[in-house]
Amino acid sequence: MSENAIATLTLASPEEVAGRHLAHHFDTPQQQFDSGKLGMWLFLGTEFLLFSGLFCAYAVYRMLHPQIFIYASRYLDPVSGALCTLVLVSSGFTMAWAIRCAQLGKRTALIIALLLTIAGGFGFLVIHGYEYFEEYQQHLMWGTHYHPAVNAPRQQVMVPKSGAVGGSWSQLNQLGKQGYLVAHSNIAPAAIGPAGPALAQRPADPVTAASVTAAASQPHNVQIFFGIYFLMTGLHSIHVIVGIILLTYLLVRAIRKDFGPGYYAPVDFIGLYWGVVDMIWMFLFPLLYLIH
Amino acid sequence: MTTTTVDIGEHAREEIPVGGNYLNQGKGIKSWLFTLDHKRIGLMYLISGLTMFFIGGMLAMVIRTQLLVPNGLIFHGSYEAYKHYNQVFTLHGIIMVFMVLVPIPPGALGNFVLPLMIGAKDVAFPRLNLLSYYLYVTGAIMAVVSTLLGAVDTGWTFYTPFSIQTETYVVWMVLGIFLLGFSSILTGLNFIVTIHKLRAPGMKWFRMPVFVWASYATSIIQVAATPVLGVTLLLLVAERVMGVGIFNSALGGDPVLFQDFFWFYSHPAVYIMILPAMGIVGEIITVFSRKPIFGYKFIVMSSLAIALIGFVVWGHHLFVNGQSAEWDAIFSFMTFFVAVPSAVKVFNWLATMYKGAISLTTPMLYALSFIVLFTIGGFTGVILGALATNVVLHDTYFVVAHFHYVMMGGTIIAFIGGLHYWWPKMFGRMYNETLGRITCVMLFIGINLTFFPQFIVGAEGMPRRYATYLPQYQPYMIASTVGAYIQLAAFVLMAGYLIHSLVRGKKAAANPWGASTLDWSMASPPTTGNFQQMPVVTQGPYHYEDMEYDGRLGGFVHVEPVPALAGVGAGH
Repeated sequence: MSENAIATLTLASPEEVAGRHLAHHFDTPQQQFDSGKLGMWLFLGTEFLLFSGLFCAYAVYRMLHPQIFIYASRYLDPVSGALCTLVLVSSGFTMAWAIRCAQLGKRTALIIALLLTIAGGFGFLVIHGYEYFEEYQQHLMWGTHYHPAVNAPRQQVMVPKSGAVGGSWSQLNQLGKQGYLVAHSNIAPAAIGPAGPALAQRPADPVTAASVTAAASQPHNVQIFFGIYFLMTGLHSIHVIVGIILLTYLLVRAIRKDFGPGYYAPVDFIGLYWGVVDMIWMFLFPLLYLIH
Repeated sequence: MTTTTVDIGEHAREEIPVGGNYLNQGKGIKSWLFTLDHKRIGLMYLISGLTMFFIGGMLAMVIRTQLLVPNGLIFHGSYEAYKHYNQVFTLHGIIMVFMVLVPIPPGALGNFVLPLMIGAKDVAFPRLNLLSYYLYVTGAIMAVVSTLLGAVDTGWTFYTPFSIQTETYVVWMVLGIFLLGFSSILTGLNFIVTIHKLRAPGMKWFRMPVFVWASYATSIIQVAATPVLGVTLLLLVAERVMGVGIFNSALGGDPVLFQDFFWFYSHPAVYIMILPAMGIVGEIITVFSRKPIFGYKFIVMSSLAIALIGFVVWGHHLFVNGQSAEWDAIFSFMTFFVAVPSAVKVFNWLATMYKGAISLTTPMLYALSFIVLFTIGGFTGVILGALATNVVLHDTYFVVAHFHYVMMGGTIIAFIGGLHYWWPKMFGRMYNETLGRITCVMLFIGINLTFFPQFIVGAEGMPRRYATYLPQYQPYMIASTVGAYIQLAAFVLMAGYLIHSLVRGKKAAANPWGASTLDWSMASPPTTGNFQQMPVVTQGPYHYEDMEYDGRLGGFVHVEPVPALAGVGAGH
């Protein structure tokens, strides 16, 4: 079927273009497009599930240790996060515009829209990269690399960036230790060793309780928040990078005049991918930056 | 189903030389390495998978030989030696689970048969299919590399915190398995789209053969569960490389969370392993009983039910790991619940055979073995799913015996049965039927002798994964090892007659078994494009009254409506 289409292509109507791109095992371009779309949606479903593990970890730790999240989230800059959101959402809009341009066969507009989308991706990476850099400087890192109090070069940056809510951290910690916030935690505090049986069945730990009153200013295990933060945003950033590569591929093909009313499936599918990357950020931003 | 297939018109005759098929259309190594033909990719999966099965099997023989004497025949006396034993059983588990049981039934048989069964020219995304195969190969190579650098000794489950602490090359291995998982996702995605979009005209959902339904259910699990394994493994890598601490209690993390994540994939994964096997058994039983499958819709729905319920039972792996009593009860109940659709299948297979004209060919013997072995494995699964008995039997050889009955006696036996069943279609040759039957009986005896004694020692308290054991268990362990050697002999014999059949085997007819599904409607082996003409389906998958055996051809032919089309497949 595709050979027939190649034979006659002096005046390429959309139908002919579609026929030229028809793979041997499909009967109609529509069947091919529908298959591609279903495949893409399934793939995007697996992307959500990939992130779902991290969302799950987030939910578990936030439920068990809300004080860590309330405390640590203040070190993230909501303004910068909002800027990231703005840039990504705008690039989502230009992507949707790109799909429409591809469908209508407006090549120049398609190229512009793709360029803007790519710029949005890079903009996001730059803003977020700068955030990472700041956090790196302040040693606000994951797990073993979290030691801001000891090594922070500038003590003043340790001040939370957004305003504090009422009540001190030591109070919050006390609440936590009294079982108010972490009544069902089966996670041992730092340096105690493996979790063992659930906390509810275990007598209160006098050492930790004492150290809480002594250390006062921050909750235990803040590094958990930063671990989750870096994993979630890091995995998301990897997806942005992959998206930029895919968009560049689209750009090259757009310049080669590959897309038009008869054939725009790749733009459509990669647009869906970009939409999902946007959408995941829409969840990440409030969950990480806007905790009160 | 009645079809208008295999009508080789003049046009087609010009394109395909006489005797041309997917094996010889396109020559040279490149035509294989870059092929987009689902049948060739399936064959490559088959070869790779059997290679991995050989390696995993040899590791199993090492384990069984070690356990001949209480102090260990191979590894004994030192910490290092016992560590090597840990590495051996870990590799055995990883290879068998991630490189044989999960990818090979869909990758080899599914790839080959599924498009043929629904009347498609190929899977929906042939390039993705090839990518999926190469991801599998790359993952397997990474596993081999990690073995050479320092074989993992964590067990195939990679439980934290040990997998964070051990000095072996966990990261390589885990990244390899991540790629294998990605390959599995892509295969599942491909199959779902293929089934949704590429069915032949008239191939309604409830006209699809049960193997297609089983593959569909499998694919749903592959797509929905494997990403969670992916992120779990990535977290484990982050844990080791970056020290993130989410699973590390020393950093405030929770090791049990890893177990939850891991089993959220790995329990559904056992249904990835068993569902295609059930599909194969369904096909074999209906054909060799010469009766339409009993309770078709129930079999179909039970596949889907198993796939869905499989997602909510993972907690039964954590009964003794600090899970709350309420969750224990819920997971235990859901585990019992899986037994219902499984039993629906078994009863329907039995009802299919009832008053059927059963012929005890090699594939049928495998299917019957499957029913017996899977039932034993399934029932002991119920014992393990019960809370009180689980506490006693947890981490004993009883568990080992249970899942080997299900995986070896279930998946592998059905897979081999399917391999024999579709062998004529794949290669166009018949194997030696007598040797086939002898091998099946040997395997059946071998498996029971290997694994049944393990139920007994497990119930008596022998823990799994130990390099040594108390002398009182030795008679059982010797029986078990003898059984393993019988299995080895059976596999050697099988390899012998199957390879022999490739060279000397009798040429296979288009439809040597008299199956009514579309995969038998074209010549054996099929041509690259599968169907000369688009098949049009007008009825359900199983009906045997309109065909009869033709001795001259060595296969079945349609007696109505078009007697002439019989000669086509068998002619060359």
